[in-house]
Amino acid sequence: MSNDSPSGPRSPRNAPASDRDRPPGEHDVKGLAFHDEEEEPSPPPAGRPRRFTWRKLVVVPAALAVVLVITYVWITNVELDSIAENSLAGDTVQLRWWQHVRLTAISTFWVLIIAIPLGIALTRRGLSKAAPVVTAIANIGQATPAIGLLALLVIWLGIGPSTAITGMVIYAVLPVLSNTVAGLKAIEPTLVEASRGIGMSAMGTLRKVELPLAVPLILAGVRTALVLNVGTATLATFGGGGGLGDLITSGIQTQRMPVLVLGSVLTVVLALLVDWLASLVEVALTPRGLEVGQ
Amino acid sequence: MSETVAATEPEPAAHATSGATIQLEDLTKIYPGTPSPAVDNVSMDIKAGETVIFVGPSGCGKSTTLKMINRLIEPSSGRIRIGDEDVTDIDPVKLRRKIGYAIQSSGLFPHMTVAENIALVPKMVGWSKSKVKDRVEEMLDLVGLDPREFHGRYPRALSGGQQQRVGVARALAADPPVLLMDEPFGAVDPITRDHLQDELIRLQHELHKTIVFVTHDFDEAIKLGDRIAVLREHSHIAQFDTPEAILTNPTDDFVSGFVGAGAALKRLNLTRVRDVEIAEFPTVTVDDPLQSIFNKLRSGPHNELLMLDRRNRPYKWLRRGDLMRARGSLARAGQLVHDTVTRDATLHDALEAVLTDSGGRVAVTGRRGEFIGVVDMQTLMNSVHELLEADRLTAIEHQHDLEELRTHQTVQELEGGAGA
Repeated sequence: MSNDSPSGPRSPRNAPASDRDRPPGEHDVKGLAFHDEEEEPSPPPAGRPRRFTWRKLVVVPAALAVVLVITYVWITNVELDSIAENSLAGDTVQLRWWQHVRLTAISTFWVLIIAIPLGIALTRRGLSKAAPVVTAIANIGQATPAIGLLALLVIWLGIGPSTAITGMVIYAVLPVLSNTVAGLKAIEPTLVEASRGIGMSAMGTLRKVELPLAVPLILAGVRTALVLNVGTATLATFGGGGGLGDLITSGIQTQRMPVLVLGSVLTVVLALLVDWLASLVEVALTPRGLEVGQ
Repeated sequence: MSETVAATEPEPAAHATSGATIQLEDLTKIYPGTPSPAVDNVSMDIKAGETVIFVGPSGCGKSTTLKMINRLIEPSSGRIRIGDEDVTDIDPVKLRRKIGYAIQSSGLFPHMTVAENIALVPKMVGWSKSKVKDRVEEMLDLVGLDPREFHGRYPRALSGGQQQRVGVARALAADPPVLLMDEPFGAVDPITRDHLQDELIRLQHELHKTIVFVTHDFDEAIKLGDRIAVLREHSHIAQFDTPEAILTNPTDDFVSGFVGAGAALKRLNLTRVRDVEIAEFPTVTVDDPLQSIFNKLRSGPHNELLMLDRRNRPYKWLRRGDLMRARGSLARAGQLVHDTVTRDATLHDALEAVLTDSGGRVAVTGRRGEFIGVVDMQTLMNSVHELLEADRLTAIEHQHDLEELRTHQTVQELEGGAGA
């Protein structure tokens, strides 16, 4: 074929004969002036929108701080008898808080270590047939009432923090696992094909294309797991794991309202705090190109 | 191959890798659990620097055949040779880094910027940072996008046509000798597609890659292809020939069905105005005195004149009665020239211009719009007749060759059958 001109060579009268004579961004298609600008859906980004708005950064912690201050003022002013004094003596509250944080952190760590690689493996070609089976098992883990699960584990493993953590891990694996699988499956097959087609290895495709694209869904699963774990960690007390659950149960058993309320409020505050931190991580780790409005 | 380029300094466009040959030998793909092969025994020789189009109905295996070239789909049997190298058994990842790959709806990674997308392959084959950076700018320039503007954008902020350009830039970034394109322009609107096709033709003029291009649009095939392979089910090659030959001499009903109605009209797309006779036409310029224009109109064999403007561009058609009716005022007399064609225009364009013009002719202009001559209905008719006649003659020769080839094939098959 001989086509010397890059553009449709027929041009209306008085119009420049070729693209070279046209203003930049204008082309000649079948004799019609054709502007590149017309096909641009959005103007060039004039300074990217900020990822962290001040509202996102301030509102939740401020509200939580207010709740904490009110609770503190109330606890210091309410009349406490010796039993209640005892339950809150010294740094018991602080100890329980950090126990709770540690339980949540460690169990979430194990959830990530187990669920994400498992989720990745289940979307690989060789193992994809096992996916329904594994998901079903994970489902059982979550469908079982957490307290029943913990009781069974205590019978099997004995009392101690590791038993409590095991129970929490079993309970929280499902959201991360199913979100990892869903996130990886939701990627357009053409993108994976494109990645293989331009010469990325299977590992490179996973690392540079599949995982970054699945990050938003995986992180949503992790956030759910974290909040779940803060909740189930209150049950650790029944397995001898400590945590804020200790305050709540002793409050119930001794019928001391202030102790019960303090334990509950602290649990709620911790759950919301963790959720807020996770939401910040989610925003920070979501690849820029995937943001809405980008 | 690309290593030689990787070793040299930037400015690869000046000495870019040009195409390599591709040979497919008895390529077959059988999916487990299916009785008939998806691709059955395809053999094909593709020359270096050639653009070959696979065209056929959907599901005929053209995409599968394409993907076997870079072994995205592993062939069940057969050999693939690129350049002089048998690539059937080499590491597919390494193979693919030497083959550009562009697909429908661009396949850009949404979480990477335009620049990151283009830089992927050069980085993988180990180019230095500064070289990759220069290359990205160069590629954006090559596909007609302003590097400063598009460098840091994400694919979502681009239109379909722009995404497709970036897709092509990414495919060409590591300067591969071979470019595979799987319906790359299938998802863009017709105007953008037309423009992208023109751009691809221009790129190919500069780069001389070996391009294998899959489409189901026969018009696209005619426009882009040096040769077209019309494929039927199981990727059987119904005909593999130049666009001209396929249009004028389809081997069988399948091919002629695929070419569709109006093969003679489509033929017009393959010939350019420069190839036909451009007739002279009496002209005057706007600066000529009125009297001399009158004289010319009266004395000439034509009852019509073309008036040119000061830069020699066609301006108005003047008929004998026009000046009388306009009472001698040149400004009001005559008919403005609507349409012109350049010498690069196809006969199809010219015919359309002639048909819409009341006088049945169109002015041909040069690069700067200056008047060269006219093409009228009669010239077009004559040239088309000549063209078709010439085509018919080559077709007869072709038919002869084909028959010989078929006899040869039948003999071979019989022998093969006897052997097995």
